[in-house]
Amino acid sequence: MDIFTQQLINGLVLGSIYALVALGYTMVYGILELINFAHGEVTMIGAMVALSVIGVLLGASPDLPGLMVVIAGLLVAIPACMALAFGIEKIAYRPLRKAPRLAPLITAIGVSIILQNVAMLVWGRQYVSFPAILPRGQHEILGAHITDLQIAIVVLSLLSMAGLWLLVEKTRLGRAMRATAQSKEVAELMGVNVDRVISYTFIIGAAIAAIAGVMVSAYYGLAHYYMGFMLGLKAFSAAVLGGIGNIAGAMLGGLLLGVIEALGAGYIGDLTGGFLGSHYQDVFAFLVLILVLVFRPSGLLGERVASRA
Amino acid sequence: MRERPRLALALLAVLLAALPFLIGTGLGNSWVRVLDFVLLYVLLALGLNIVVGYAGLLDLGYIAFYALGAYLYAWLASPHFGLHLPFWMVLPLGAALAGVFGVLLGAPTLRLRGDYLAIVTLGFGEIIRIFMNNLNAPFNLTNGPQGMNLIDPVSIGGVSLGKSLEVAGITLPSTYLYYYLFLAATLLVIVVAMRLQHSRVGRAWAALREDEIAAAAMGINTRNVKLLAFAMGATFGGLAGGLFAAFQGFISPESFTLWESILVLCMIVLGGMGNIPGVILGAVLLTVIPEALRYIGDLQRATLGQVVVDPADLRMLLFGVALVAMMLFRPAGLLPSRQRKREFSAQDGVAEQEQASLYDTKA
Repeated sequence: MDIFTQQLINGLVLGSIYALVALGYTMVYGILELINFAHGEVTMIGAMVALSVIGVLLGASPDLPGLMVVIAGLLVAIPACMALAFGIEKIAYRPLRKAPRLAPLITAIGVSIILQNVAMLVWGRQYVSFPAILPRGQHEILGAHITDLQIAIVVLSLLSMAGLWLLVEKTRLGRAMRATAQSKEVAELMGVNVDRVISYTFIIGAAIAAIAGVMVSAYYGLAHYYMGFMLGLKAFSAAVLGGIGNIAGAMLGGLLLGVIEALGAGYIGDLTGGFLGSHYQDVFAFLVLILVLVFRPSGLLGERVASRA
Repeated sequence: MRERPRLALALLAVLLAALPFLIGTGLGNSWVRVLDFVLLYVLLALGLNIVVGYAGLLDLGYIAFYALGAYLYAWLASPHFGLHLPFWMVLPLGAALAGVFGVLLGAPTLRLRGDYLAIVTLGFGEIIRIFMNNLNAPFNLTNGPQGMNLIDPVSIGGVSLGKSLEVAGITLPSTYLYYYLFLAATLLVIVVAMRLQHSRVGRAWAALREDEIAAAAMGINTRNVKLLAFAMGATFGGLAGGLFAAFQGFISPESFTLWESILVLCMIVLGGMGNIPGVILGAVLLTVIPEALRYIGDLQRATLGQVVVDPADLRMLLFGVALVAMMLFRPAGLLPSRQRKREFSAQDGVAEQEQASLYDTKA
């Protein structure tokens, strides 16, 4: 088996999940210049809600086709996350829009702690496992394995990204979002309801996060109340790598970060003569983040300058 | 007029000296331990306050310096490497090591401001923790997730603070002895922090915080001044870390998670950024309240007959709620400095501009 191709495939699959979560960060940052720390937790809630629905459905009738059950879980998780994000923005961020920047950042951290602990109270401290109900076919490409699930994740991610792209570029709401990102004041003068646009931005980001949450729990076969933290940080790194505030950048950054991480984890042992092992996988995201911010703070595709932020 | 502050100071000194006895007899020895931790967190919060409160650089990886101080203490004074150096050598070394890392972190991030800096420092904190967690192979440096134990207690003139001491018929448990050591360190740091605030460097930090470009135009070497803020903050963190290692006798990467960094940041924010009494109040509240919340478990058992919600789970939840509520209803903190109070309560447009420039250079 070809290790390089295999790690490349694994990286692309993981990266497409990062990209989805990164979209939520980048959209909110583009409009509010706020790091929505709670976004990773919204992803986690999406996974947890979906798993609960799946559990209930399987408990009621175990013979239901697996794919249908997972889709049902997803269809409940998406509106749940949308409502959650709507509430978070309304309660924790909106009153602070004119406050110094540190204030909303700290409420964001507070919301993140609240969501984690509520999830812990509701779903417990243990890992919640994802039942093995999805079809598990395997294919071989260039000497590497790829599963049906991996293909589904990549396809669904690409579809979500394409949908978002159309929404932002082709619809009235998308135009309003772009206008608001450029200048809230001028957008308001042009008749854009800025508050509503901001609400929609959070809601759309949360819907995509719910999809990502379900995918990541299906991929690893488990979910945990703490899973949103690392996922969120990596997704944020991906957004910065691509150029924060830039939607195409978030997609590119997510995919790249996934590949860097997978290849890095696969080869770090050889590169350092066995000194460092694959458990340093989580370091790569931060290293990439720091290097990007130091050498190219605007990211790969962004034009925003970090010193302005 | 001059008599009053002196009298108040004398009363405060007596109160601080008697505090462990009052708390020890009133609430039990476990609360004296909490008191020790209060002082450690005051140390940490004062250190972070230099970076965040004075210089306006948001640091979310501050706990890494605490970790460095603690690990250096453990390496130089425990059976791990068989070294048992005295504390008066190890503590300054730990503080210095943390200071060097402060500069190392500061140097590449100088050009960044605001929340970007926050994320980079956060990444730095996580990297340090991941390394602590994994450097037990190929050679055992940190003993991995198990952590390092049997760390030497501080011993002054042959008297170990790790055991109880009998003085004039009164037995002083170890927690009491550490209280006085930590109190001395805290007082030292408070004096340094106060002197720094009103020094040339302190004024340079304030100028930098308010407007970096104007500060540079006034002839302030912003690079050196920022690095100094990072280094000073990190040094205090390293000192606190060494004291923590000696006091606990055991350290593991679990003590140095991101949440600890956030906790210390919250202390500053809650109390009042840049204001030393405010920062101390914040550290006291956020250390004592979670401990007090433990009693919710007993309360549940008494009223409901069983523990419905584990108080440990509830603690963090309430903590998160408190953070959000504070920001919404009293964003300048409980004891804000006079200047920040003015900025936060300002209504007119000019003041709003000033306010906006507090954390960024957009205005």
